[in-house]
Amino acid sequence: MLKKRIIPCLDVKDGRVVKGINFIDLVDAGDPVEQAKFYSENGADEICFLDISASLEERDTMLSVLKKTAQEVFIPLTVGGGIKSIKNIKDSLMAGADKVSINSAAIKNPEIIKNASEHFGSQCIVVAIDVKKTGSSWMVHSHGGTINTNIEAFSWLEKVQNLGAGEILLTSMDRDGTKIGFDLDLLRESSKILDIPLIASGGVGKIDHFFEGAHIGQADALLAASVFHFNEISIMQVKEFLKKNNIEVRL
Amino acid sequence: MKKKITIVDYGSGNLLSAQQSFIKASNLSNIDAEIQISNDPTKLDNSTHVVLPGQGAFKTCMEGIKKIPGMQDRLCEFVKIKQRPFFGICVGMQLFADNSEENGNHQGFGWIGGTIKKLPSLETKLPHMGWNNIKVVNANSPIKPEENDYYFVHSYFFDCANRENVVAETKYGINFPSIVNKENVYGCQFHPEKSSAQGLNIIKNFINL
Repeated sequence: MLKKRIIPCLDVKDGRVVKGINFIDLVDAGDPVEQAKFYSENGADEICFLDISASLEERDTMLSVLKKTAQEVFIPLTVGGGIKSIKNIKDSLMAGADKVSINSAAIKNPEIIKNASEHFGSQCIVVAIDVKKTGSSWMVHSHGGTINTNIEAFSWLEKVQNLGAGEILLTSMDRDGTKIGFDLDLLRESSKILDIPLIASGGVGKIDHFFEGAHIGQADALLAASVFHFNEISIMQVKEFLKKNNIEVRL
Repeated sequence: MKKKITIVDYGSGNLLSAQQSFIKASNLSNIDAEIQISNDPTKLDNSTHVVLPGQGAFKTCMEGIKKIPGMQDRLCEFVKIKQRPFFGICVGMQLFADNSEENGNHQGFGWIGGTIKKLPSLETKLPHMGWNNIKVVNANSPIKPEENDYYFVHSYFFDCANRENVVAETKYGINFPSIVNKENVYGCQFHPEKSSAQGLNIIKNFINL
């Protein structure tokens, strides 16, 4: 049976983890390679790096992080943040990423999804979508959530799926950082629309939230950052809890 | 004897991950191995093992191989005449089949009898993406996989003509072959290079052949 995936996300800036594990004695706690390795050895099903670098020089640093990670970590590796072109995607994949996530660039030019999935296969093209509820609908935001694009979320989901996205990474900006749980209405409605896998993100604060996201939200994968980094919950605890509640996970 | 393992670069797949996993697997089992990525067919002549990765569409992959002068002939020579160990990953494995029904009908190498068909999508999402378990159905193969979870990404499967070529199966809507083997030809539908320790074990098995 196909398992629900648990994905820790690490923010990386200029080759260093900004928001990462701070509870164990890693030799170098700011080293993304060490953190990725730690998660991989402790039950993560995939690793997600979010590059929050500003400059081009820093982007090259991210490529060397990917290269080193690929030598140590043997589970799928996704990189997102600032992916703008086919060349960016190619560079990331050649450096050792298995998937790239595209956000603002897809909003600016949706054709990049089509071109990229035709070029590299849809399996490696994740479309990341940040949404915020306005009235009764969810609106897509770009540029790290700072700009309201006035695109309605569900129509965007359908569009990117048709363009060849391989997966959707859906973040509720309303829930992100709140620790009150995933936006289950958003997830449930999105699951109905999508034939491709849905990764839920934003709002996890306790272990039950993972269950809700998988069971009620029908997400295929659950992404979290701070609850793992601060050791509030371990990935294995999440998996054991899900297993006990009849949700299949990889143990 | 030093093993010379060539990963064929024909413009498909994440070659670096494949290479790193083979390096890791050989280090873990203290095998002296040189792992090279190459698009030069003559490199196959002195290789002890060859790996064919593959991502994307069957047709695109086949065209990628055919575009390199001499590559298809050298691959066939390696498998059929030299009969050295050959390993296919994902679409790389699917190319072993007689033909594929993905977007038309396309001819494969015909090294293992059968057809590449689309997975049913009535109750399940496609692609089949993520970790799924395998069940060993033929314990006689030199590849001895753990019955564990492995990482899959695909929408098509290898409908093998001969049951004895199926080493392990996986269930997703239907039961499909997740590891195949015929003589010196081995293949996985999943990505052993992305399947943690259990994936590296399969690679070790192969390098040891």
